[in-house]
Amino acid sequence: MATTSVKQLPKTEMILPGTRSCAGCGLMLTYRHALKALDEGKTIVAVPASCMTVLHGVYPITPVKVVCINNPFAATGAAASGIVAGLKATGKSDYTVVAFAGDGGTYDIGIQALSGALERGVNFIYICYDNEGYMNTGTQRSSASPLGAVTSTTPILSKLQHKKDMIRIVEAHDLPYIATGSPAFPFDLFDKVKYAKDVLGSRYIEVHAPCPPGWGFPNKDLVKMGKLAVESGIHVLFEIREGRFSLTSRSLAMAKKGRKMNVSDYIKGQTRFKKISGAHLAQLQEFTDKKWNESLERHFRDNP
Amino acid sequence: MSKNSTPIRTVSTPAEGEAGKTGDWRSQTPKIDHEKCSQKDSCLLCWLYCPDGVISATFPLEINLTYCKGCGICAEECPRKAIEMVDDK
Repeated sequence: MATTSVKQLPKTEMILPGTRSCAGCGLMLTYRHALKALDEGKTIVAVPASCMTVLHGVYPITPVKVVCINNPFAATGAAASGIVAGLKATGKSDYTVVAFAGDGGTYDIGIQALSGALERGVNFIYICYDNEGYMNTGTQRSSASPLGAVTSTTPILSKLQHKKDMIRIVEAHDLPYIATGSPAFPFDLFDKVKYAKDVLGSRYIEVHAPCPPGWGFPNKDLVKMGKLAVESGIHVLFEIREGRFSLTSRSLAMAKKGRKMNVSDYIKGQTRFKKISGAHLAQLQEFTDKKWNESLERHFRDNP
Repeated sequence: MSKNSTPIRTVSTPAEGEAGKTGDWRSQTPKIDHEKCSQKDSCLLCWLYCPDGVISATFPLEINLTYCKGCGICAEECPRKAIEMVDDK
């Protein structure tokens, strides 16, 4: 049953306060609600070099109560596969292995290990928190950065390419469960992680995590920015269960009532888009419209 | 060569304040007006959206100011505007 009220969420926190993450961090909010959906003591997290490692802290203390293994940047899928194999060999079948990587560790550097793990059908959840750049090392361009965004490696012309469609790459591996989420819609995110926990095989969840310092918006606007991304169609909330595509949460409501926001509403609050040209903005709008229309078409085809 | 008598554990243990008292980072402090707050379990949007989980889920609301980083999301998202960000001196 879908979560509709705050009362239904577990009140125990798996992350202790006083972490190293920035104020108003989208990843923190994502991680907090994702861990609420998993069992304490029965979850093992694999984390590559990223903001996530920073969040997990410096030896000898960590703010996170779940077991975590730090692995090299390119090896998240491989490390998680190893953990799953180890659990199988020791006969522990009640553990959930979750790989938690950023867009750099998923779209670019970790794609080979991820593809390998998905092809083998390793029994784990892969959560990609997409903050659209290498935020931990200083906002460099990644293949998840959107067209027209200024990053520290595209400072003059801003990024000239569209964002990579990771979902289509992942879907080509024929997974039992694929979903997208946003920390601005915690109920939806919680439900998706909870559902994914009980699915057998490789599951992939992509979360659009706004980053205040990297994107250039005030800390207090984190949730507003996450909602705007969904309402403008930049990020579509959906899930694919055994190939059946369904829009969820706000995106589902928008499918019924229509989309009221456009890309210019989303980008105006972010300094990374300060150099975007009229032509790029039109291209970004066109790209977003195309994606949104494809999602709508698929949703109504699979849910007549 | 003699073997180490005590094994070295390279495992971190969970504890609060891994990055120190992160309340020091704050430039604005949230102040709750308990009269304006609905005090209902069905709201708790401040608790829901707090990235660091430093707001209590019980009423009257309490914010752990030792670790609150002062991002201001709670003040922005409160539907009754019961939380105000006050500049630190």
